[in-house]
Amino acid sequence: MKNAVGRAVAHRLFWPLVMLVVLLAINVVAVPGFLSITVNNEGHLFGSVIDILRNGAPTLMIAVGMTLVIATRGIDLSVGSLCAIAGAMACSIILGSPTPNAVGTVTVAVLVALALALVLGLWNGFLVSVLGIQPIIATLILMTAGRGIAMLITEGQILTVQSDPFKFLGSGFIVGIPVATIVAAVILALVALLTRRTALGLLIESVGINPEASRQAGVRARGLLFTVYALSAVLAAIAGLILTSNQTAADANNTGLFIELDAILAVVIGGTSLNGGRYSLTGTLVGALVIQTLVTTVYTVGIPPIATMVFKAAVVTAVCLLQSPTTAAALARWRTRSASRAASPRPGEAVVSR
Amino acid sequence: MKKTVGLFAAGALVVALSACSTGATPAGSGGAAGGAPNKALDQIVVGFAQVGAESGWRTANTKDIQDSFKEAGIQLKFSDAQQKQENQISAIRSYIQQNVDYIAFSPVVQTGWDAVLGEAKAAGIPVILTDRAVDSKDTSLYITFLGSDFVKEGKEAGDWLVQQYQGKSDPVNIVQLEGTTGSAPAIDRGTGFADAIKANPNMKVVASQTGDFTRAGGKQVMEAMLKSQPKIDVVFAQNDDMGLGAIEAIEAAGKVPGKDIKIITVDAVHDGMQALADGKINYIVECSPLLGKQLIDIVKKLNAGESVPQRIVTDETTFTQDQAKEALPNRKY
Repeated sequence: MKNAVGRAVAHRLFWPLVMLVVLLAINVVAVPGFLSITVNNEGHLFGSVIDILRNGAPTLMIAVGMTLVIATRGIDLSVGSLCAIAGAMACSIILGSPTPNAVGTVTVAVLVALALALVLGLWNGFLVSVLGIQPIIATLILMTAGRGIAMLITEGQILTVQSDPFKFLGSGFIVGIPVATIVAAVILALVALLTRRTALGLLIESVGINPEASRQAGVRARGLLFTVYALSAVLAAIAGLILTSNQTAADANNTGLFIELDAILAVVIGGTSLNGGRYSLTGTLVGALVIQTLVTTVYTVGIPPIATMVFKAAVVTAVCLLQSPTTAAALARWRTRSASRAASPRPGEAVVSR
Repeated sequence: MKKTVGLFAAGALVVALSACSTGATPAGSGGAAGGAPNKALDQIVVGFAQVGAESGWRTANTKDIQDSFKEAGIQLKFSDAQQKQENQISAIRSYIQQNVDYIAFSPVVQTGWDAVLGEAKAAGIPVILTDRAVDSKDTSLYITFLGSDFVKEGKEAGDWLVQQYQGKSDPVNIVQLEGTTGSAPAIDRGTGFADAIKANPNMKVVASQTGDFTRAGGKQVMEAMLKSQPKIDVVFAQNDDMGLGAIEAIEAAGKVPGKDIKIITVDAVHDGMQALADGKINYIVECSPLLGKQLIDIVKKLNAGESVPQRIVTDETTFTQDQAKEALPNRKY
């Protein structure tokens, strides 16, 4: 029994899950009806939990792509800018078309935006895998230049679009569930299937753990790196389209601002190491949920805006501290000591068992 | 014409002060820019450090300034700080290094400008604040502040609300969507609004959160407030964009914006005016972004060696739903 508890506590998702539950509990204390989900008169699910799932969807999508990039010992800082580019591209096409409300127009706009992101993702992959530039630098280029590209597309304006099919992407519902949530879930499931049911995930991890050894073992890192950066860019573009659709306007400066940091944080909270190698998509899901719940908590509980950043920092610091191997080891030591003290009065054995 | 006279009269008190401060500039650097007036207009270079493009208001402001400078034939160096103070400080530093004739900027936040403005002063480059003020005791750091009176804007929003509920004593629950934490419009509009409703104990701001002046921010904050607050009667959004975001959240919650929940915003950008005309917003206090002409006037006056008052307020009005329908076709932004 003790052992099971010990294993649960030692699991890398234990503390993030505890934090998620604690955050939800804080909300329930502040607003008793927090967890309730109702169906509104349009047949849509309605409630704070639905908000978390919907507003957290873009971060989750990006974090899924980021997980694979980080597993190859890389990082993709350009995702926020890619959000802005995709949104700007789609909105300018929809605005330039004579039929902004046609499904065809929106489909074209979305596809062009995704294709543009794919090209930019391949560019990232090229810089990292062919030219051998460090990922943080390679993607920093697009991170800074990307908002400029988005500004060029929007000509410095905020483009407001009135297009029902486009609005559907960010604010729509399918059988009562938000479209954004469904898209994120499908992406997560597909990526999990593709990397965990085939050897792809293993190969990605091997590149991250030891690029040289995997090369000698016959793993072609170049193609894998191209793939993960391209995937990350396309997922960022989908997230960007959802964000843009949700606010019915392309905003080159603010769409996806700092979302790369949220995504990296989600990956790290989920237990994937920034040193590459083993990754956990489930962990990333939990991480993304923790981050979005944190944001919602600030608004629901009514934490004063001045203290918001400090509150967020405190929560994230707590998660990271609880997760760190040093803390885990200290906790384990403390448990062993108290366990052996309870079991027998011989202190010598406790030292040995450590 | 009458107005200009009025401004001069108002500025008369300040002239003495600003004259003092100009006198305090080191004689050596005086020759650089501030002391070399009467340049041909196409020889003047003005560096403008914009906040960003966080809202429709800001993009209208940017466009008006760029157009006005083009029209006047004065060279404009323009930079976009993307809402970050450090970007704006480095933009101002680079203008100082390029030895521009005048620096104009809208401070992202109120504090932390003394050092960089001191550098501009030491280099003899006059600084014009537009739209937002800085919180500095040393008023000699800038020549003038051209912009709206945010406290007055907040107060007008509050006054309208008080008038709407005149003679009623039922509790009125207000939620406030604040602008960027620490920014002048967020602080001042909040203060003005609170002052205006202070005398009515039935009016209460039950929740107040920052939506960062963006549509997405306003929407997300409003979504959460709709769930955490049992009863919301009025939304005071400190700019149109957050109000527009709030409208979407309110509609998603199955309520009717403008009827079930009254919405007051500040700015009067095109999308906001449209929503006002459509009955989704109830009242908008204008905050005009068209500062270009007045900014050019200031530059010309300084160039001619004239003095300008230390505070210049932009011309603004307020709109009800009917007034919005009337004004909408002629709006420039």
